[in-house]
Amino acid sequence: MTTTATPVSPPSRSPARRIAAWLHRHRGVRLVVILALPLVWLGLIYLGSLFILFLNAFWKTDPFTSLVIQEFTLDNFIELFTTAVYTTVTLRTVGMAALVTVTCIVLAFPMAFYMAKVASVRKRGVLAVAILMPLWASYLIKAYSWRLILSEEGVLDWALKPLGLTGPGFGEIAVWLVFTYLWLPFMILPIYAGLERIPDSLLEASSDLGGRGWMTFRRVVLPLSFPAVVAGSIFTFSLTLGDYIVPGLVSTTQFIGNVIVINVAQDLPFAAAYSLVPLFIIIVYLLIARRLGAFEAF
Amino acid sequence: MRIRRMLGFVASAAIVASACSTSGTSTAPSQAAPSQAPSQAASVAPSQAVATPGPSVPTELGSTQGQTINVLSWPGYVESGKTDKAVDWVTDFQKSSGCTIKYQVFGTSDEAYSLYTTNPEQFDVVSASGDASLRLVRGGFVQPVNLDLFKSYPDIFPSLKNKPYNTVDGVPYGVPHGRGSNLLMWRTDQVTPAPTSWAQMFDPASGYKVSIYDAPIYIADAAVVLMKTRPDLNIKNPYALDDTQFAAAIELLNKQKPAVTQRWVDYTKQMSDFTSGTSNVGTTWQIITNLLQIAKPPVAVNVIKPTEGATGWSDTWMINSKTKNLACSYAYIDYLTSPATNAKIAEWFGEAPGNSKSCSLTVDKNHCTIFHADEEAFWQDVWYWQTPTAECVDGRTGVTCKNFDDWIKAWTAVKG
Repeated sequence: MTTTATPVSPPSRSPARRIAAWLHRHRGVRLVVILALPLVWLGLIYLGSLFILFLNAFWKTDPFTSLVIQEFTLDNFIELFTTAVYTTVTLRTVGMAALVTVTCIVLAFPMAFYMAKVASVRKRGVLAVAILMPLWASYLIKAYSWRLILSEEGVLDWALKPLGLTGPGFGEIAVWLVFTYLWLPFMILPIYAGLERIPDSLLEASSDLGGRGWMTFRRVVLPLSFPAVVAGSIFTFSLTLGDYIVPGLVSTTQFIGNVIVINVAQDLPFAAAYSLVPLFIIIVYLLIARRLGAFEAF
Repeated sequence: MRIRRMLGFVASAAIVASACSTSGTSTAPSQAAPSQAPSQAASVAPSQAVATPGPSVPTELGSTQGQTINVLSWPGYVESGKTDKAVDWVTDFQKSSGCTIKYQVFGTSDEAYSLYTTNPEQFDVVSASGDASLRLVRGGFVQPVNLDLFKSYPDIFPSLKNKPYNTVDGVPYGVPHGRGSNLLMWRTDQVTPAPTSWAQMFDPASGYKVSIYDAPIYIADAAVVLMKTRPDLNIKNPYALDDTQFAAAIELLNKQKPAVTQRWVDYTKQMSDFTSGTSNVGTTWQIITNLLQIAKPPVAVNVIKPTEGATGWSDTWMINSKTKNLACSYAYIDYLTSPATNAKIAEWFGEAPGNSKSCSLTVDKNHCTIFHADEEAFWQDVWYWQTPTAECVDGRTGVTCKNFDDWIKAWTAVKG
């Protein structure tokens, strides 16, 4: 082993290297360059459009020309809060979102637990692929497929006929089924990620202390995975809250999205005002979720 | 450990990516359903406009060679062989004129209006229903046309010319395309005796399972019934409803609600409802009846225009006020309303053609009879769809009628 130092030539002073060195010395500029594009997208395009929407909510359309008059008025909000139907629709949508979330949690938890704790590494990979595969199909294709399945004398009715039963047909139960199907992967994966972080030793320790299966689950696993459950619920809740295509395809009931869509071409200010309602609901939900630790999981 | 973390990141990225693309498709235009209601166009209000010297219209067009136009139309109105290889009235036109035709379809008049107004220079030609046409004219989005430059125009049925939905203050804004009426359909094997009036469809005591069109414009159908059953309300035009008349129409719709088993926008939805028996009486279009009767196995349905009359639609081809491709726009509209092409579109879509010479050119020689193309008596009590405005469209002054915003809000409340 020789220790003679071979002379190393200094690196070439190419423009790329010079810029890299300069950036290395100026941390602030580096930060700005990295964050510029996402911040422009977030600030200008996303928040900016939300702001314009917000502005529209305080304007009104002229009853004669149907053009938007840019004068401040609270009429849209007054109409929103005094007409019974909008409260009904909002409560119905929030209720459905909550129901879908709970159903997804109930269905996702066993699957996620199996993947995280029981399955072998290979099986885990296969299951992860299987769960993510539906996401590769277009949303519309999945929704239309469910329409075919649930329609009268469709696939479900045909399958239940030998048992003498009929499927739910179109309606709110159908909406619940389709939403649960669509958002299930979004619930399974965060819960899986959360459960994975629970060391196996904790479960063994719990059993050493005399805890049986249910006790361990209730007192150890559930509290530790709760933030992950909340994180997953953000997806299912917000996606259900805003959706209007599925209710339109497999039912005739109105959800928040349907009311907004029907108003958007003719009475944009009112649609804008109504769209602030789910926005507000989601902000409250996210604040609660942050409180419950959903954003610390990752 | 690192691999696990990578897997975690990849999974999260995949979720976020799919969520974004999901919400992207969720914002897809309303009812991506194939088929759409023929644009419901303006109503037949008999007022004649006085001719006044109008804005300047082009007198000559120049060459069509090399121009490209973008057409915004109802599905089925512009076909280039992509839906069905045999159904094509774009390729030949492109070859003979040198124009290039690009087209886009929409699902409802409101969608068309939205698309057009948010991209005012994108579409050169639009097929506008009466409830979109006047909004486009008022907004300055379409230009008046010189009818002398259309070779097909003289052959258009006279009853479609010079109507309130295509002519404003005596100035024509487009060329009529075709028309249709909403009809009452029922399952002949499930409903006896056969219904004869809309009023029966609005009365739960009839015991029908009713299927209705899911749009605010359906309120006009209730008004059409009231024109016969409540003469005291003095409704002259189902799109011109003042407070009392409107309240009566909404009350009738609420009365109908327990009998309603389905609301449809997508015609295939009504077809499957009638096939399965979820509904056995409903508002429909002739095309749906025809398709049900030729289905395998055929569904036993029949259709009539009831005694009270009906709502309907009539479309107009209009030209963008800012188009730079005037020659091709005029040429293609002329082509679409020419006897041979108009016959093809009317048969493909299922409506009465606008060109009187098309009737002898349809493949099914009975087409015009089925669709009542030449029976003016049939259209006397058909109220073509039209946007209700605060300024009553029946010409009344001194009262304010409900405008379309009010119709939408009331419809939302009726649906609940």
